[in-house]
Amino acid sequence: MEVTAGWYLSLGAVLFVIGAGGMMLRRNALVMFMSIELMLNAVNLSFVAVGRHTGDLNGQVAVFFVMVVAAAEVVVGLAIIIAVFRRRASASVDDLAVLKG
Amino acid sequence: MVELVLFIVFGVIAIAGALAMLLHPNPVHGALGLMATMLSLAVFYVVNSGHFIAAVQVVVYAGAVMTLFLFVIMLIGVDQAENLEERLPFQRQLALGLGALFLVLMGLIGGTAWIAAPPGSSQPNGTVEAIADLIFTDWLLPFEVTTLLLIIASVGAVVLAQFEPRRKDGGDS
Repeated sequence: MEVTAGWYLSLGAVLFVIGAGGMMLRRNALVMFMSIELMLNAVNLSFVAVGRHTGDLNGQVAVFFVMVVAAAEVVVGLAIIIAVFRRRASASVDDLAVLKG
Repeated sequence: MVELVLFIVFGVIAIAGALAMLLHPNPVHGALGLMATMLSLAVFYVVNSGHFIAAVQVVVYAGAVMTLFLFVIMLIGVDQAENLEERLPFQRQLALGLGALFLVLMGLIGGTAWIAAPPGSSQPNGTVEAIADLIFTDWLLPFEVTTLLLIIASVGAVVLAQFEPRRKDGGDS
């Protein structure tokens, strides 16, 4: 039985849905941020699988750029979370409602 | 045959790690589960002949990013219980329903509209040489722009880290 690109796309879809569920169901800012990373990883897997299916190496270059952007995003995002935590002493996003009208 | 065994074993590990991140109340266990997911994705990259990408995945994601996450969890502290009480009505039911709907739609689309491999295409070989050949020719401008992005990100992290003490001292922030 041969593993085709569709199998990897299905696995990527499942991982993406788990990440989206973590984004919507959890209230801890760190866990929500990890969910974003999981969604990025799921899409990366799709890139690599389809790139192999079509014989195109550009998919892997796209994954490389996604990783670079994700690393930069993690640095800034975690700095924001720490800055918020120092002000509010809480990592729950439900406590950040000061902009509520 | 080898690929099938690898897919099943590491697919189970990847989904289990992701579910641990989603369901475990302790963020440290969630981070470790996510690390297992990323390492199994690196195995998938190797199977799909993305050798350089797999190495970057292990070093950058499983190594640097998750270590950064664990450091921040250590700084913030994990002793506070997460308040899982929903403040938005129907948010949880909507999230579960729409997630399931998305999964079903992805399955349907993946089952019907499928791209055909171009004729005469061979499996790409993602070695460092091949990737560098693409990055430094076709993708040279995006590659240069990422250096700007990384500089902005590191400067932004420094500014964010310095923000609070200056305000507390009443300085000229």
